[in-house]
Amino acid sequence: MTINEIQDELIEDFAFYSDWMEKYEYIIQLGKELPLIDEANKQEQYIIKGCQSKVWLFPEMKDGKLWFTADSDAVITKGLVSLMVKVLSGHTPKEIADADLYFIEQIGLKEHLSPTRANGLLAMVKQMKLYALALQAKVS
Amino acid sequence: MSARLFLIYINFVELLSKLEKLNNLDIQAIRADFPILKREVNGKPLVYLDNGATTQKPQAVIDAIMAYYTDMNSNVHRGVHYLSQISTDAFEVTRRKVQEFIHAEHDYEVIITKGTTDSINLVATCYGQEFVHEGDEIIISAMEHHSNIVPWQMLCETKKAVLKVIPMNEAGELDMDAYAAMLNDKTKLVSVNYVSNALGTINPIREIIRLAHAKNVPVLLDAAQAVQHLKIDVQELDVDFLVFSGHKMYGPTGVGVLYGKEKWLNAMPPYQGGGDMIKDVSFEKTTYNELPFKFEAGTPNIEAGITLNAAIDYINSLGLDNIKAYEDDLLAYATERLQEVEGIRFIGTAKEKSSVISFVVDGTHPYDIGVILDKLGIAVRTGHHCAQPVMEQYGIPGTVRASLAVYNTKEEIDALVAGVKRAVAMLV
Repeated sequence: MTINEIQDELIEDFAFYSDWMEKYEYIIQLGKELPLIDEANKQEQYIIKGCQSKVWLFPEMKDGKLWFTADSDAVITKGLVSLMVKVLSGHTPKEIADADLYFIEQIGLKEHLSPTRANGLLAMVKQMKLYALALQAKVS
Repeated sequence: MSARLFLIYINFVELLSKLEKLNNLDIQAIRADFPILKREVNGKPLVYLDNGATTQKPQAVIDAIMAYYTDMNSNVHRGVHYLSQISTDAFEVTRRKVQEFIHAEHDYEVIITKGTTDSINLVATCYGQEFVHEGDEIIISAMEHHSNIVPWQMLCETKKAVLKVIPMNEAGELDMDAYAAMLNDKTKLVSVNYVSNALGTINPIREIIRLAHAKNVPVLLDAAQAVQHLKIDVQELDVDFLVFSGHKMYGPTGVGVLYGKEKWLNAMPPYQGGGDMIKDVSFEKTTYNELPFKFEAGTPNIEAGITLNAAIDYINSLGLDNIKAYEDDLLAYATERLQEVEGIRFIGTAKEKSSVISFVVDGTHPYDIGVILDKLGIAVRTGHHCAQPVMEQYGIPGTVRASLAVYNTKEEIDALVAGVKRAVAMLV
């Protein structure tokens, strides 16, 4: 599936939940599906700064595609990381760098994107794109 | 009953109810003074329990801000024109109001600053420049907010001085024996908070001051979390410096106070250079203004300086003794009710506490609880509360902190308890 196809699917999934409580329960559920970072990779350099909770994000290139594993000590944050990994992981660095993440606004999580938010969703997105840009430069 | 007797009876009843109000605050009437408390958040009535970060403002303060800009706006201390004179007078009324509020001996011992952080930095810079030298020691405590840690670290780095930290026990109480043993001939200042923002501990400041003075060491008290809850008399305490912020005491943002004993303030060099703090300026030599203006360079936050007066009037109208009695009762109620939450652990269980209840719940991150409480219209603070060393001692990433003000109610505590239970059910 392309990044946009995954986004569209998530938008459809979220449309199913009308109140915030169900939405958050779904996000918490998604956290449980997150491909977990290897304990050995939980190092300082893979911590995303700007989150009130701890977030680790580990990038890995396999067959020309960029894969992410991650973790967080807060379950809602873990759900948010899981969403991002679901959408971006397993695509080429160029696809990730160029991705327009319209799903965040459409599923009603835009409030989490402001730079002053303590959950660091914006920092996560930035870091994932930064890895992609760096790897893209390396490839070309 | 004759009409006359009936009237006497009515007057008597009214008098009784007035007397009752003198001792008991009418919380619903107080809530009505704070317009923001009527609003909703996420479709729920706002439950504001983040008063340690900043308090809401009563209508009297909001009106005073409006009146300042509508009627009075002008720079202070420099104009001969009418508006400048009345705004200067109003600014100086606040200074005298603060003097009364903390019972300072002189009004010029009250320096108007930007806030607590600004006040501490002023003392660290100016007192440090004059009195702290290589090898000297500054004492702070293990439960300080970052703004009572970092300025002293910066000073110690510049002067090659040493920062000493009074340890605390598991309950969040200072180890007074360790403190007494720490004081020596090299100690140049003790700087501690009166009430801890992260734990709510009320520190034994009389003993802290007594022990320091026995070694001729001055004491700075960070009263940012105390002035809105406890009556303070700087002369009775014999404290050397006292600092606090306007916005945590129902007043405007961007204004704070540094009280200093005259002898210290006179012996300290000025802080920043600029207008207002000078007597004469030439390119060869500038002579400095006297107290308090020596420490008030540049145009201050005039609006906040003037309207802090209204906040102090508001507190005085309720009476700090009444406020304390009410808040203590509410804190006890909150502590008792929150114990119903399975897996809760209170962080900070000192015998003497004020208005702060900090906790973690097994198997949850404070951030997750904060997000869900927010969705329920309940405002708390989560995280390390700018006191990372405190969190480190307890081995936790942070806490959920509910901090109370005089307008909070038992019904709001009930909403908090229900909210935390709901969050835990979702998260664990």
